[in-house]
Amino acid sequence: MSIHTRIVDDLIANDIRFMTTVPCKQLAGVIEEIDNRPEIRHVPANKEDEGMGLCAGAHLGGQRSAIIMQNTALGVTINTLATLIQFYRMPLPMLISYRGEIGEPVACQVEMAVHTKALLAQLHIPTYHFHRRSDVEELDGILKYCFMASKPVAILTDATFWKGELA
Amino acid sequence: MIRADILRDIAPILRDQLVVCNIGIPSQELYAIDDQPSNFYMLGTMGLASSIGLGLALSQSKPVIAIDGDGSVLTNLGTLPTIGNNGDGHLILLIIDNGSYGSTGDQPTYTGRRTSLAGMARAAGCERVVEIDGSDTGAALTEALGTKGTTVIVCKCDSGNETMPVIPLDPVTIRDRFMQVVNS
Ligand SMILES: [Mg+2]
Repeated sequence: MSIHTRIVDDLIANDIRFMTTVPCKQLAGVIEEIDNRPEIRHVPANKEDEGMGLCAGAHLGGQRSAIIMQNTALGVTINTLATLIQFYRMPLPMLISYRGEIGEPVACQVEMAVHTKALLAQLHIPTYHFHRRSDVEELDGILKYCFMASKPVAILTDATFWKGELA
Repeated sequence: MIRADILRDIAPILRDQLVVCNIGIPSQELYAIDDQPSNFYMLGTMGLASSIGLGLALSQSKPVIAIDGDGSVLTNLGTLPTIGNNGDGHLILLIIDNGSYGSTGDQPTYTGRRTSLAGMARAAGCERVVEIDGSDTGAALTEALGTKGTTVIVCKCDSGNETMPVIPLDPVTIRDRFMQVVNS
């Protein structure tokens, strides 16, 4: 089974039926897999804070939602995370490509990578870092934890994870 | 005619519908004029009323009225293509366009100059877009409620605010009572 199939299987098994995405090269496979699954409505967003608004609306409509985005966009979502998702106590799994980590070819990506965990920690957002391929085993538990707690939860997925270089 | 006059006019129509209302004075006015559990008041997060409304419209079967402003739509312009390309929910985006940032002291927005939100919504792919005078809002809303799919109503009116108290409700209370109406 591909890593993309595995991830989307877990999303569907946790009743996620609404997803919004802003693409990243590392996330292309998982986004393609989402489009292959009729269980999930995929509404691409033009910006990540807009996407979080869509997810909040789906939550109000009674559907579990999630966002897929790149860590470089975390900055534009700070206000939305604080004043919408957290203030109204909504669950939101964020599957984030962690650009700027080991294996990164573009120096500029490192500039946001060094702030990523600090920003998430400042927001008190539970954060998990997928580095080894086997880290995906935790996804199901993280999703259940997110909906149990009704909080945004970040899953940072780096280049080593996507390449499957480490078991 | 200012926004509060329009809200007072359309309150009997809004009462029975799911309403997502824009941050700041619009939500304060709607709360004071006719608070309903079916109103989702935005207490923060400028610009996302239309995005929340779209997510809601696509996730359940009842019609959704998102009350937005010109300044708020301008701050989240990416919403228009997303609405224009995901039109299978029953969404009414009611943009009360008073040509100003009302909640911050009526500073002018570009819609009072060369920019047309109706034109931008059409160019973004929204199929049914109407631009009306504020006094025709009730009729336009009623027509949109009777027509499945997405309608964007750009409702032109004067700049100005009524002085209303801050909404005292806790956000979790707003969310919880709103979701009970969605599920009913
Ligand atoms: Mg305005």
